[in-house]
Amino acid sequence: MATDTNPATPAGTPKTAGSTGTSALSLTGASKTFGPVVALADGTIDIRPGEIHALVGENGAGKSTLVKILAGLYVPDGGDFKVDGQSVAFKTPADSKAAGISVIYQEPTLFPDLTVAENIFIGRQPTGRGGLINRREMRRQARELFATLGVPIDPDRIAEGLSIADQQIIEIAKAISLDARVLVMDEPTAALSGVEVERLFGVARALREKGAGILFISHRFEEVFALCDRITVMRDGKYISVHTTADVTVPEIVKEMVGRELGALFPKEVAEVGETVLSVSNLNRAGVFSNISFDVKAGEIVALSGLVGAGRTEVARAVFGVDKYDSGTVSMFGKPLKAHSPQAAIAAGIGFVPEDRRKQGLVMELSVAKNATLTLRNTLARFGLISGKRELRAAEDWSKRLQVKTASQDYAVSTMSGGNQQKVVLAKWLATEPKLLIVDEPTRGIDVGTKSEVHRLLSDLAGRGIAIIMISSELPEVLGMADRILVMHEGQISAEIARDDATAELVMNAATAATTTEPIKGAVR
Amino acid sequence: MSTTTTSHEEKTGAGHAIRSFLRGREIPVAGALIALIIVTSIINPRFLSPQSVKDLMLNATIVIILAVGQALVIITRNVDLSIGSILGLVAFGTGTLFNAFPGVPIPLVFVLGMVFGAVLGTINGLLVTSAKVPALVITLGTMYIYRGILSSWAGSKQYFSGDNPPEFGALSVDVFLGIPIITIVAIVVVIAVGFFMHSVRSGRDLYAIGSDPDAARLFGIAVSRRVIAAFLASGALTGLAGVLYTSRYNSVGANTGYGLELDVVAAVVVGGVAIAGGTGTVYGAAIGAILLSTITGALTATRVDKFWQQAIVGVLILSAILVDRIVSIRSAKKLRVSEARDV
Repeated sequence: MATDTNPATPAGTPKTAGSTGTSALSLTGASKTFGPVVALADGTIDIRPGEIHALVGENGAGKSTLVKILAGLYVPDGGDFKVDGQSVAFKTPADSKAAGISVIYQEPTLFPDLTVAENIFIGRQPTGRGGLINRREMRRQARELFATLGVPIDPDRIAEGLSIADQQIIEIAKAISLDARVLVMDEPTAALSGVEVERLFGVARALREKGAGILFISHRFEEVFALCDRITVMRDGKYISVHTTADVTVPEIVKEMVGRELGALFPKEVAEVGETVLSVSNLNRAGVFSNISFDVKAGEIVALSGLVGAGRTEVARAVFGVDKYDSGTVSMFGKPLKAHSPQAAIAAGIGFVPEDRRKQGLVMELSVAKNATLTLRNTLARFGLISGKRELRAAEDWSKRLQVKTASQDYAVSTMSGGNQQKVVLAKWLATEPKLLIVDEPTRGIDVGTKSEVHRLLSDLAGRGIAIIMISSELPEVLGMADRILVMHEGQISAEIARDDATAELVMNAATAATTTEPIKGAVR
Repeated sequence: MSTTTTSHEEKTGAGHAIRSFLRGREIPVAGALIALIIVTSIINPRFLSPQSVKDLMLNATIVIILAVGQALVIITRNVDLSIGSILGLVAFGTGTLFNAFPGVPIPLVFVLGMVFGAVLGTINGLLVTSAKVPALVITLGTMYIYRGILSSWAGSKQYFSGDNPPEFGALSVDVFLGIPIITIVAIVVVIAVGFFMHSVRSGRDLYAIGSDPDAARLFGIAVSRRVIAAFLASGALTGLAGVLYTSRYNSVGANTGYGLELDVVAAVVVGGVAIAGGTGTVYGAAIGAILLSTITGALTATRVDKFWQQAIVGVLILSAILVDRIVSIRSAKKLRVSEARDV
């Protein structure tokens, strides 16, 4: 209970800073698979007390899975996990917390209805006589924490309505009050402004002085190099290397992050490029994206690349009319499209395959046939009634063309694998014979075999003169499939790269804006 | 910590208490209740006669206890629709007990009634947490199952208050400081549970769970265990209400408590407990229960058609939800403002 009564003092007894004898935390060869999908093949990280350790890698390199293992959310399938030299096997987040690991997620996880103070201390509120919560003490400690952090947040206000930055600070206050020995920060700076980032770094350095080990995950190299002592690189779910920051350069790290062979996995064939299908000019939405202008021509695959949260999906949703935009125009074949109307977009020939198939693309409980023909109900209906036979025939036709593997068209979609689900979504839109297809992360969570099938399909569609916008976080996919790459960074298009000029480094640099001072080679903008 | 700082803390502490009191969702409900009483007593001064006040208290008692239990469950983002059936089972069980063992000690009857209710509530909790199906559906099912069991157990049999020991019936007649004994029981329940929810860690956990179940799990709160406990407590309080029901009303039988669950959910929502969980207090739920039962009395006293009573309850529920929406829209606006500042 000692930590309960005085959690406001960070690390009550200072641990020997920088002692390199044992690791604060070490994970070796951890693996995690979900069915056929390998999320993590070799998760290896070693965090010493009194160091700030960066973990870098592309989207999908397995960083999040590794964090979830550290947090006790995932139980690893294999590997060796030690905290302070002792083997551990976390089953719940509570186990991880008890071992002194605190995780700050990219998306803060606060209780919106509870006060700020209570959010920090929930489950371990300072208690007085008879085990009753001492609210005054709780507020005092919260205020003290915020004073240490240099942020005046009213501990009595409820968490709902706080800015992301403030929520992040509360998460940090929570971690400090827990007296964490290992603090994991998963892209904590993604939503912060310059001043707030500096403040966060100050806190991180202070914690390092007190002997805590910090794992810092970020896509911003300037931050990684400014803050961290060592850097671990991951790629394709595997540990690649660990470096002392002083001995390594940004290009070397980038090379290790992206370096892999681009094989026959991405069979994009050059298709004849036709007339302009979609043209977007000066699309703006305050705080989300700005000055977005681009064209897509028939037979072309244009990749929207960039980091998660750069605004790619938001742009696509605005083009399709699901979300509003503040200004700008979207035209199909030169004709302006009514804003904020998916019906108008569908009528103009746009198809949209969303990222989250389960939530937006499929009705999981309906059969394959029903799902595949959901967008066709009007054409299939006769006198307002939908004939089951016609529905089945249309579905069978497309399922055959896409090679959907299912025992029967009547099976519920939820029983199928991710790859086959994706094909059903594609079937659903292809049946409407779109002129422009927007696919958001078409191969996320799909095993390698089905992946190349989806790629073959997209290439095939482009060959038939369909214009395709492909949003993808996977660099090899972007480089292999796209005729042109638009890279987004913080709501803007930071580079437009032609297929022949595209390299992994170029795209990565534009996405992280690591070289904002020098012009990006090959960039049109 | 220097003394000056301490006094500063105390000052802000007191200020905080007043502020949070005024911010509370209970205030509009309590205001509506007071306004209702004032208006009614102007139209009909006899509304505040001692006998009439006593009747008002007696009528509110059962619903108050049920509302407190229901509030515990709703705060965790669940709901218990089976409480009417549980109350019926316990009430009929109480009648049966007195009939079979006329000399059974009354405190034992209370204990047995609450244990019976707790068992039925725990079944709800176990089903809700293990089946991962919304509580609305699960407890709708147990509502019919419990009612079916009661119907086949009771058949057409009824127990009348005359069959019970006179001391038992006296609980609903005798007063202490002008307050009926069973109403005192209800007041004690409200204060005890209200205190628990405000000042004990596991009580606060219930709010956290209702506010964001996933975050609660991430935080290592034993979500399932707490939710089961909430259903257990609701069942036990419903059991208590069932025993008191037998003392208060003339007869208990297969239809006892029929339809009561919706009145109780209405009272809880009107009392400022958000149906989506996370906010509200049992004090609010209790005031909501008093408000709804007082409306019945007030409409009788002012000779308004009984029909309007239900319509007015409906209006109250909608205004409670409206107030809730306005509050959340306002905080959404605040969010936008604070984010704009950050940019």
